[in-house]
Amino acid sequence: MLEETLILFRNIRNPDYDKSLKGYKKAGGLKALKQALEMQPDEIVQLTKDSGLRGRGGAGFPTGLKWSFMAKDTGKPTYLVCNADESEPGTCKDRELMLHDPHQFLEGMMISCLAIGCRHGYIYVRGEYWPSIKSLNAALQELYDDGILGKKLLGKGPKLDLTVHPGAGAYICGEETALLDSIEGKRGHPRVKPPFPAVSGFNACPTTVNNVETLTCLPFIVNEGAEAFKAFGPENNAGPHLISLSGHVNKPGVYEVRLDANLKDIIYDFGGGIPNGKQLKGVIPGGASSSVLTADEIDVTYSFDALAQAGTMMGSAAIMVFDEDTDVVKLLHRIVRFFSHESCGQCTPCREGTHWARMIIRDFLNGNGNEHKLKRLHRVGGNMMGTTVCALGDACGMPIQSFTTKFADEFRDVQALAA
Amino acid sequence: MLALDTQKEIAQLLSRYPIKRNALLPILHVVQKGNEGYLTPELLEEVAGICEVSQTHVEGVISFYTMYKLEKPGKFHLQVCTCVPCCLVGGEELLEHVEQQLDTHAGHTADDGVFSVEEVECLGACSYAPAVIINEDYHEQMNPEKLDRLMDELRTQGQAHA
Ligand SMILES: Cc1cc2nc3c(=O)[nH]c(=O)nc-3n(C[C@H](O)[C@H](O)[C@H](O)COP(=O)(O)O)c2cc1C
Ligand code: SF4
Repeated sequence: MLEETLILFRNIRNPDYDKSLKGYKKAGGLKALKQALEMQPDEIVQLTKDSGLRGRGGAGFPTGLKWSFMAKDTGKPTYLVCNADESEPGTCKDRELMLHDPHQFLEGMMISCLAIGCRHGYIYVRGEYWPSIKSLNAALQELYDDGILGKKLLGKGPKLDLTVHPGAGAYICGEETALLDSIEGKRGHPRVKPPFPAVSGFNACPTTVNNVETLTCLPFIVNEGAEAFKAFGPENNAGPHLISLSGHVNKPGVYEVRLDANLKDIIYDFGGGIPNGKQLKGVIPGGASSSVLTADEIDVTYSFDALAQAGTMMGSAAIMVFDEDTDVVKLLHRIVRFFSHESCGQCTPCREGTHWARMIIRDFLNGNGNEHKLKRLHRVGGNMMGTTVCALGDACGMPIQSFTTKFADEFRDVQALAA
Repeated sequence: MLALDTQKEIAQLLSRYPIKRNALLPILHVVQKGNEGYLTPELLEEVAGICEVSQTHVEGVISFYTMYKLEKPGKFHLQVCTCVPCCLVGGEELLEHVEQQLDTHAGHTADDGVFSVEEVECLGACSYAPAVIINEDYHEQMNPEKLDRLMDELRTQGQAHA
């Protein structure tokens, strides 16, 4: 029986936990920040590199390495912007951290600011998350009142300010350069790279963008060391992480798990299996943008590398489960509708492709599909992959290509039914 | 003229950013909230002045994001999610139910001005689907009966305040 690993959720799973600053300190909080203040910034970066921590926002990029790219001695301020946009369909893990243990996340953010020399960090929270915004603002107020944030970090360190910045409803602002445009006070359009944010980010200053969960790993890494963190997963897939489980399972929820659990165990042990005695039809394993897995493909290790090998990805670790009665054509329509709604419109393959793909799927739903259209749909999906400014094109192409390949017969069934 | 409280909040927000334009999104939220949930051309002009950008810039920004409104919403604004995870467990049926109950369509305000409904994409509450946001609060694992009860309560509240 698969069990939860309680590192990030250690406090959250404690029913008596008091999430105020007082409660957090009582639970051992802020020890890591004190220790980090005694370290050189480069030491924190090296420790994070050694821990093998990879970004939890979707791309899995090594965090320490990302920090080491920050342009130095530019004479400009350096920024850490935390990505709390959490908009990938299926994903709802960051909000657990912000709502129920904000101080652990904020401690991680403060340590990370020390690592990259940031004196004012911003937390970009999706605008719909008012409860999380309130929770973070209350926690920040406590940190200021206690003299931890402000002119001197913890009363003896460098100046450090943190500000919560609400978004206003746009999935694309989760893409890090769109997020930077958005926080600058503009429409959220992804930028052409290079230059990368580490050279020219927020207001053209060196900037790192990191996900909430990524930063929340820092207190543990500083307290317990790189090796301890690495122990929670196979080579190159370090640490425990949070998964958001949704769809047709008996116990949907956010769970913390080692990075070498089996996907099937996650669905049956944590999720308690499929409701109403139904059979599993398939799983979307890493947010709406990941390639779908059929029921007989789920015996796979749920890690960055194993999922990549299985032709899909871990993405934001959002697992959406669907049973035998699910109409997959309709399901793909929902996914593509989402991306078509959220395309920022800069690149033709994405703006036009998401729209046309949606129209073709609608034809199938209306009984006007045919073999020719199925092929065209597959091709439209391929044309938006690798041809656009940001990865939204790929994010829409992957489900289109995988659904039309793995569930091609269901598209044909819709035709047969209509004929 | 913006209310004094709103002005104070705006000054506080401006103090958190290196340049005024950076505070545009949060300022628009504050201004919208202070004006019964929607923005008017006059307010946009005022915000443009505060953030030192053109009014066209502000208009471009508000049209990009879904949360800024140019029409007055109901006293209680419902956002019903019909994205993938919600859809798998009854989000569409929930939306249809609300539309029937209020005899309106998504994107509209019901006659009495108490409720307005909007169909939205993922709200980030996927493990607790289906989800509905009413004004600023999340209501999760909803079903038609639960939502009816909640809306009855709100209706009474709304009329009491009217
Ligand atoms: C279309 C798109 C949407 C994204 N949405 C999010 C998001 O909601 N949250 C997030 O943390 N990262 C998101 N990302 C990934 C970010 O661009 C970026 O890689 C990440 O925030 C970096 O943080 P990390 O290294 O800590 O993972 C998205 C990427 C793309 C292409
Ligand atoms: S791929 Fe789509 S979302 Fe990304 S920049 Fe191009 S048009 Fe915008």
